[in-house]
Formats: sequence, C-alpha cells, structure tokens
Amino acid sequence: MNAKHEHYYVPAQSAWPIIGAIGLFLIAVGAGSYVTQLETEQTSGGYILTAGIAVIIYMIFGWFRTVINESMSGLYSQQMDRSFRQGMSWFIFSEVMFFVAFFGALLYARMIAVPWLGGASNNAMTHEVLWPTFEAVWPLIKTPDGTTTEAMPWTGLPLYNTLILLASSVTLHFAHVSLEKSKRQALTAWLAITILLGIGFLFLQVEEYIHAYQEMGLTLASGVYGNTFFLLTGFHGMHVTLGTVFLLVLFFRVLKGHFTPENHFAFQAGSWYWHFVDVVWLCLFVFVYVL
Amino acid sequence: MSTITQDAPAAHDDHHDDHHHGAPKGLMRWVLTTNHKDIGTLYLWFSFIMFLTGGAMAMVIRAELFQPGLQLVDPNFFNQMTTVHGLIMVFGAVMPAFTGLANWLIPMMIGAPDMALPRMNNWSFWILPFAFAILLSSLFMEGGGPNFGWTFYAPLSTTYSPDSTALFVFSVHIMGISSIMGAINVVVTIVNMRAPGMTWMKLPLFVWTWLITAFLLIAVMPVLAGTVTMVLTDKYFGTSFFDAAGGGDPVMFQHIFWFFGHPEVYIMILPSFGIISAIVPAFSRKPLFGYSSMVYATASIAILSFLVWAHHMFTTGMPVFAELFFMYCTMLIAVPTGVKVFNWVATMWRGSLTFETPMLFAVAFIILFTIGGFSGLMLAITPVDFQYHDTYFVVAHFHYVLVTGAIFSIMAAAYYWLPKWTGNMYDEKLGKIHFWCSTISVNVLFFPMHFLGLAGMPRRIPDYAIQFADVNQIVSIGGFAFGLSQLIFLAVVIKCIRGGEKAAAKPWDGAEGLEWTIASPAPYHSFTTPPEVK
Repeated sequence: MNAKHEHYYVPAQSAWPIIGAIGLFLIAVGAGSYVTQLETEQTSGGYILTAGIAVIIYMIFGWFRTVINESMSGLYSQQMDRSFRQGMSWFIFSEVMFFVAFFGALLYARMIAVPWLGGASNNAMTHEVLWPTFEAVWPLIKTPDGTTTEAMPWTGLPLYNTLILLASSVTLHFAHVSLEKSKRQALTAWLAITILLGIGFLFLQVEEYIHAYQEMGLTLASGVYGNTFFLLTGFHGMHVTLGTVFLLVLFFRVLKGHFTPENHFAFQAGSWYWHFVDVVWLCLFVFVYVL
Repeated sequence: MSTITQDAPAAHDDHHDDHHHGAPKGLMRWVLTTNHKDIGTLYLWFSFIMFLTGGAMAMVIRAELFQPGLQLVDPNFFNQMTTVHGLIMVFGAVMPAFTGLANWLIPMMIGAPDMALPRMNNWSFWILPFAFAILLSSLFMEGGGPNFGWTFYAPLSTTYSPDSTALFVFSVHIMGISSIMGAINVVVTIVNMRAPGMTWMKLPLFVWTWLITAFLLIAVMPVLAGTVTMVLTDKYFGTSFFDAAGGGDPVMFQHIFWFFGHPEVYIMILPSFGIISAIVPAFSRKPLFGYSSMVYATASIAILSFLVWAHHMFTTGMPVFAELFFMYCTMLIAVPTGVKVFNWVATMWRGSLTFETPMLFAVAFIILFTIGGFSGLMLAITPVDFQYHDTYFVVAHFHYVLVTGAIFSIMAAAYYWLPKWTGNMYDEKLGKIHFWCSTISVNVLFFPMHFLGLAGMPRRIPDYAIQFADVNQIVSIGGFAFGLSQLIFLAVVIKCIRGGEKAAAKPWDGAEGLEWTIASPAPYHSFTTPPEVK
C-alpha cells in the first residue's frame, strides 16, 4: 500500500440516493404498467415512466454536481481517485456481461436452435414432425411458422457506421493525449469531433432502422434473426446515446476549464466507456452483420 | 491466518475535520445515511423482514400440503406462493443479509474508514425495498403475481404467464442493479481500502470469500438482467427467443438462466464459508487450519461455478457428451468443498472447544451443509438425476444447503458479531433455545423430503398421491416449528439491542481480527486513519 495513512473522504448524508431510488421505482412501475397497457386505452404507465426518467435525470445532475464540486475543491485523494477508477472498470465489466447474454442468445440460436429445428444432430424427427418444410439457414429469413424477412447486408450503412465509430475512438484518444499534454484547444477540437461522430453514428442507425422496418420487413418481431438484430443493435445504440451525453458533459466541463493532466477521472471514465461501446460494436459488426 | 497486531490505541473514535459528529438523529438518519454501519443495519433488518415474509409463504405451502387434496388455497395461488417464496428468500433474504454483513464487517476487518463509495452504498440499499414492494404488489393484481417458479422457465413465464409479469421483470432488474452496485462497492473497498500492511494473505476469510462472491455477482447479475429482458420482449413485443416457431428455443432460456443461476448458488454460500472460517477458530482457540488452501478452494469453486450450469437441465435435452462434461465438472466441485470441510474439522481437532450459540450454529452448519453437499453429489450423477429431477429430493437438497447452510451461517454470524454491533451480550440461554429448536425442527422439516423425493413425489404441486400423506404431515409440523423458532431469534435480537450484559471489545477469547480491536459497540466511525497491520 503506497498511500500510507492518507485521509479518505467519506461524504456526509446525501439525499441523491433516495431521490434516485424513487426515480427507479417510478421507472419500474411506469414501464411495467406501460407494457401491460400496450393493447388497452390506458396511458397512465407512460406518464409514470416519464416522471421517473425526469427524476433520474434530476438526480444524475445533482449527484454529479456534488461530486464535481467536491473534486474541484480538492477533497479527494489519490486513493479516492483509484476507487472511482476501479468502480468504473467493474461497471464496464458488468456491461460487458450484459451484452454477453445477448451474444450468447445469438450464437445459441444460430449454432444450435436453428440447426436442430432443421433436423441436425439427432433431431431428424423434430424436423419431420414439427415443420418438415423448414430450412435451417442463417440469417433466418423464413421462420418455422412462416414469417419472412430480409437479411441486413453488412455493406453500406453498417460499414460506414463501423468506420465512424472506429474513427471516433481514435479522435477521443487524441483528445485524451492533448489533455495530458495540456493542449486545451486541441482537446476541445478533438472532443467536439468525437461527439459529432457519435451523433453521426446514431443518425445513420436511425436511418438503418427506418430502412429495415419500411423497406425490408425486418422488424423486432420477425423471428430470432430480427430479435437478436434489434436487441443487440438497440442496446448498443442506447449505450452510444449515453456515451454521447457523457462526452457532451465532458465537453462543457472542458470549456469551463475543468480537468488537469494529473486529475481527470471523469474524462478517463468517459473515454473508457466510449472505447467499450466501440469494442461492442466491432463484435456486433462481425457476428450480427458480416458472418 | 497470520496474527494481526496493532500499534494504534484500541479506540478509533477520534473525529476528523469533515462534518462527522456521531450518528444524526431521527428517521432521516436512515434514509440519507452514507455510513457503512447504518447501511449494514438497514440491510440486515430488511433481510430479516423478508425472511419472515418469505417464511409466511412457506407456511401457506406447508399448510396446503399438510393433507392430500386441495383445501386451503387454489392451485394458481399455490404456484404464486412457491414462486414468490423462492424469489424473496434468494433475492430478499439471503443476498441482502450477506451484503449487510459485508457492509458492517469488511471496513472494520480491513481497517478502512468506510466503504469505498458510500453514497452509492446507500443507493444500492434503498432501491431494494422498492423492488420488493413492486414484486409483492403484483400478487394483488388482477390475474395474480408471478406463478412460474422462481426460475421463471419459458414458456411458463412468457406464453402462459399472468399480465403482471412486466412488474416481475422490472423488479428483478432493480434487484440486479442493487446487487451489482453492492458488489462493485465491496470489490473496490477490498482492493483499494486495506490498511497498510493488510496484505492479501492476511485478509480474514470472510473478506476473501466476499471478494470472490462480489466478482461472481458482477459477472452474472447482468446475465440475469438480459434473461428477464428477453422474457419481457417475448411476452410483450413479439420476439421469439424462447419460441421454436420463430426459430428460438425454450431450452435456450434454461441455458442462459442457469449460466446466471449456478454462480448465483455459490453467491449464496461462499460468504457462509467465510463466516464459518471466522467462528470455528474463535471457539476452538486455534488458528484456522489451512488458511491458504481455503483461499484457493474458494477461488476454485468460483471458477468451476461457470462450468456446471447445465446440471440443472439433464432431462431437458442435451447431447450425451455435454451431459458427461457437466456431470464430471459438477463432481469436481466436491474436491475444493471437501478441502473446506476437512479444514474446519481439522481446526477443531484438539482445540479447546466451547459451544456458545455461534459455535453451535457453525458446527450444525458443517454437518448439515455437508449432507446437502452429498445429496448434491447424488444429483450430479446424470442417469440418477433422471429419476430425481423435479422431485422433493431436489427440494430437500437445496434447502439443506440454503437453510442449514446459508441461513444457519447468517444466524451464526449474527450471534457472533451482535456484541460488537450492539455493545451488549445476547441472552445465551435464549440463543441456545433458538438453536436447538431450529436445528431439530429444520431436520424434521427437510430430512423426510429426501424420502418423499426418492419415492417419486414431484415438487411444485398443491396436491399429491395418498401414500405421501404421513410423511408430508411430519414435514409440515417441522415447518411450522421451524417458522415459530425464528421468532425466538427476533426476541434475542431485540433484547440484545435494548440492553444486557455489557460486551467487552473482544468478547470471545479466541476471536481474531481488526474488528475486535475497536470498542463494543463499534463507534460510528472506525479507523478514520488506517491502523498499521503487522
């Protein structure tokens, strides 16, 4: 332990967690009611959900403001900085495991469930009795019960998006290097470019979704190919959105003169998060689109 | 474990500059707190309330099963009771109890001022009551609450589930968020906040086992979140992950669920190992036998826990080589677990033993948990499991490891550290009454279930064939007795909080560790400056 007898800052009471707990409660109740009300006239769920999201946004602003103020007033030690870094790393690891569940579903459906329905392994009779005309191919463009769809090609929008996201990781790295060398102008510029690339990615993804729904007949409900496609790209898109907001907050903090070459945990965390989102996209591109 | 000595004076209640002046007063103390001891207390009380709630549901189940035929509740409500009993005991009772113990003890054991991320610590607790409020309220909705078993297998939880399933899904999401944040806090605290000199191989085993548990939690709770999300979209948004008609597979549900579920089982037992490894040496007045082998055994169990999930699904359809792989991996777990049991026994060997209540629970744990381990070994044998699957034998098995395993260790921990928490000794006589009532009744409750299962009685049904009537009656009587016995525990705890013989800083002669170097009750802030550990 190199931090001998260092004083560790333990914050006093805080109202943010309980506000966050109420926010999460409203989100859960609201979202739960919303989906059960999908086929009815009622709309109360949507309002509760919106209220919950508003409370959470308020909580995040307040909580982060408190932390930033504490950090700026020098209450934090090196040891505290390590706590934050380790906490963020483990959070990203948990996010990785969340995606692992969906990648697992994709691979299981593709390598096991679909071939078995087509009679592979010792399932000849399954195939014969259940859906004798079913053909096991991937992407699954015709499900056993006859829903048809088209496969999304990897060329075109997905390829552009891959290049955009890869480029954004590089520009963010340049921003980080500029921060460490105290080149504030370069930092601002590279960070701004990264954010624009992120927004560009999201824009193209929306285009892709519209194209899929309106022209290709590829929807969330079009069998296990559509399921895995939309849940994987959808959750990834949500993470890009969050990451972009994260970078935007960092951008405004940079403009206010926050962060020094020695002390910039939030920037580091934002950049880790962005690189993580980028790596997930690479896996997506390979397993969902190309292969 | 090597000896811990300390230069610093015994009491570490010296206040520091930043606005700490003991505990604030009133209800808001508990709502706004960032103190690891307050949050630990909240977790422990919450888990005890949930234990009684889930226990009340078990009483409904045993009352219905007291006689063959349907008499008290209708089958759909019976299913809701088995489901919510399981969910509450796993996510509401056992896991929060361990998190509460971690909060109270880990900072004191490693010489840290508090948990590494105190505000997040508060958040991870306070979202839990909300999650269970949602889960429990779904029982009162039209169509009833979750009735598909705590494992929520598809298509029971998708095609055939009640309208309220979305609330179940979102409450599980919140429980998962709570566990992940709690686990991140534990890992960061242990890795980053150890006092100078507290090297890895000097860590108390409770800290070690919790570190490994926290790793498992961070790795698998997100997978559970993914599983319930797929259930949600299958039920409400037309996806077919678990529906063969759309190219999915209901067996895939079981694979993903048990990839979470098996490590989850060890999440509920590894901290117990840590507790027992603290208590047995204390009352044997000998250091723990084989400290480092305990650490390695814990790590081995954790690694193996990722390779055995499909032993829960031997009968649901898998290639033979997969069944063999999972069978052998499962049996392999008996090796590190055996190392632990033998080490505890060797610790007691020629020790100068005394049997205060914590030690009684610890010894009962070793014997009864081992019975649960052996029945697990039987279940691991694939061809045999074809016979046992989904019978009361399985129910007997996992209640031996979870009730006489996890719950008994939590009881042992409560008795062992109550003097440190409250500053008073608990009533030893009442404690012993609680122990003997619990231990006798729990065996009357669960041991005959083995025979029911071997004779072919299936689990999760409200009615049964007439030849099972006698044994079920005995089981139910054991169940009611065990349930009532826990009220004695409530009485002991309340009595201990309200007063009693004052506890010394170290009330047990053989106890070791930093938590015994500070006063009883532990001051609101311990170790604001870290002690030097040699």
